[in-house]
Amino acid sequence: MLRKKECVAMLLAGGQGSRLYALTNDIAKPAVAFGAKYRIIDFPLSNCINSGIDTVGVLTQYEPLELIEYIGNGQPWDLDRAFGGVHILSPYQAKRKSSWYQGTANAIYQNMHFLKKYNPDYVLILSGDHIYKMNYADMLRAHKESGADCTVAAVEVPLKEASRFGILNVGEDGFVSDFEEKPKAPKSNLASMGIYIFTASKLCRYLEEDDADPESSKDFGKDVLPAMLKKGEKISVYRFRGYWKDVGTIASLWESNMDLLGSEPVFDVADADWKIHSRNPLAPPEYIGAGAHIEGAMIALGCEIEGTVRNSLLAAGVVVEEGAEVNDSLIMAGSVIRRGAVVNYSIVDENVTVEENAAVGEPKENKAGIAVLGRNIRVGRGANVAGGMILEKDYEVK
Amino acid sequence: MAISTVGVIFSHINDENLPEISRHRTMASVPYGGRYRLIDFALSNMVNSGITTVGIVVKNNYQSLIDHLGSGKDWDLARKDGGIILLPPYSDETDAPYSTRLEGLMGITGFLNHRNEDYVVIADCDGIARMDIADIVRFHEEKHADITMVYHEETHVGSSYFIALAPDETGRIRELRINPKTGGQPLNLYVNVMVMSREFLINTIGNAVTHGFSSFGKDILAKNVETLRLYGYRLNGYYAAVHTIQDYYLHSMELLRRDVRAELFGARDVYTKVRDSAPSKYLAGASVSDSLISDGCMIEGTVENSILFRGVKVGKGSVVRNCIVMQDTVIGANVSLDCVITDKNVVIRDRRKLAGCEALPYYVSKGRML
Repeated sequence: MLRKKECVAMLLAGGQGSRLYALTNDIAKPAVAFGAKYRIIDFPLSNCINSGIDTVGVLTQYEPLELIEYIGNGQPWDLDRAFGGVHILSPYQAKRKSSWYQGTANAIYQNMHFLKKYNPDYVLILSGDHIYKMNYADMLRAHKESGADCTVAAVEVPLKEASRFGILNVGEDGFVSDFEEKPKAPKSNLASMGIYIFTASKLCRYLEEDDADPESSKDFGKDVLPAMLKKGEKISVYRFRGYWKDVGTIASLWESNMDLLGSEPVFDVADADWKIHSRNPLAPPEYIGAGAHIEGAMIALGCEIEGTVRNSLLAAGVVVEEGAEVNDSLIMAGSVIRRGAVVNYSIVDENVTVEENAAVGEPKENKAGIAVLGRNIRVGRGANVAGGMILEKDYEVK
Repeated sequence: MAISTVGVIFSHINDENLPEISRHRTMASVPYGGRYRLIDFALSNMVNSGITTVGIVVKNNYQSLIDHLGSGKDWDLARKDGGIILLPPYSDETDAPYSTRLEGLMGITGFLNHRNEDYVVIADCDGIARMDIADIVRFHEEKHADITMVYHEETHVGSSYFIALAPDETGRIRELRINPKTGGQPLNLYVNVMVMSREFLINTIGNAVTHGFSSFGKDILAKNVETLRLYGYRLNGYYAAVHTIQDYYLHSMELLRRDVRAELFGARDVYTKVRDSAPSKYLAGASVSDSLISDGCMIEGTVENSILFRGVKVGKGSVVRNCIVMQDTVIGANVSLDCVITDKNVVIRDRRKLAGCEALPYYVSKGRML
């Protein structure tokens, strides 16, 4: 029997995320921890399976090891399917031509054989940089109904920020009239989310043409979409009105995490109708000690809290000893905050130790910025890390 | 490293220990410690000792157990060869389903015959301990024992049926008593974990069928203390016998002790079913102290000296003290609970007040709305 998939997702997960500095020293941006339990890639992967898309190619390039290990066989997302499932697509050595992925379009082009195996009618292009819940099946339905060759998901952004995005201008016929990547003088506030659905045959044709064009930078936004518009192909817009956040900077990563707190959070990860799947920590329930004080926090399994935690997210196995204080911070898995230490307005990566009476960061209201401690850093007894400082990994602060 | 041992777990044999909690489920699937079921401890001990095949003997009410175990994946027991194998009652039309352990074993001879491991470890789900099965098998080999029985020194035994052992200095059991009077003196309680060679077990079962025996304790063990090489393996460290609902309550609360948690969870993993819950949320106004909180909880009230399972909600102004609150229980606003055990999916409406005491915790059964 000739089997095929109606829609295959291609998830671009090769980005370095250089503006996350110490947090992406050893890992690709989609593997960055989020929400006390998750990693960024859990969101697009969960969106796929919740939307009924069970075939996902994950394109890796920058520091892929931890991401590959995390995805494994895809079982935590129910993506270990007999036909389909999740597949890691790394740059490879080919008989004639071998190269790293040159741009987003080239990454897909180099994996056309993967797509051909599933012979899809539609291809969904995703990026692994955003926090959002979206039903791609709705977008696919809209794509089919509109008769477009490509549909771009878009959100409205404040006009003054529009020049940071790819901006879509819609003509009178309801289709995109032009597409400007980071325009200086934006004509609309409709920003591309970097999520595209292509009719597969068109994608194939334009990727081939793009590859043959020596002038092209091999990017969807800069090259492929403008080329399609020039040839008169129909590009439709799918307006998304939910929560969508690019977590590409230290500040936006911090903010997006904070959006999970509260009884009516800005963004709800505990939504029973749209589960966010992830690998689960193997740990007993968290223990909250007799002297602990917790105000507005999200705390994961295996934590041991004896001190004070305010407005913070603590991932699996974090220890906050008696008399220690954590305010307005994200503490990643396995980190330890010892007796009398204070952590303010910081992002502390995995397996960091903040020794007794040390101070990390400054209170948020001082506006000194977010302090960042990379993996395995040890902040010595009584040592001080100033607000806004970014410390790389495996380091000892005395 | 793999050891040549197959596991057999009796999921139901102590169901009468906890008549309330095991009314709708087997002992094996009784919730424990915030996110576990009793069987998780026995299974994890086996998996962590390198056992890759575990037959689970079930009799009735095992739907929740099947749901919990799934493919066995979460214990790393979804295997091509072996893994988790459920063993429901085997009987033809003329036989009634079995009632004793020995009859249960008779029903799984097919399973035992088809395996090729040298040894069998048989365990119940009425106790919680960290146990190195590989070490017990090593002991069994060293002693050239016929049966090695694991024991723990206890001063109080809540069960109506139990076995006390009197091993000599070499570990050889010279005296085995069923339901002796304890008089408050410490005794060596057999903790319902034993090791023997697969061949010995198969022969013993065959022999029992021939002679029409029905009780493993009376007909096999007690009668043959002199002739069989029975050895006692002393379990040091923490052991929690779940013989009564009081035991269940008091031992659960011992998990609030750091040393107990370190021993049970510190040096190795305890596996359980994965549920993909979000981390727990502590909202403004929440006050939590000396408690274990599992994932997916939402706490707005006060929680003291309690264990909250996954997905529990505690509303504003409510006070939960000395309680065990099982999965997805919803506690409304201004509720007061003291020494209460709520089973799964209980709803406690606003302003209700319930209290038990340590010796007799108030139990609210599954799915009730108060």
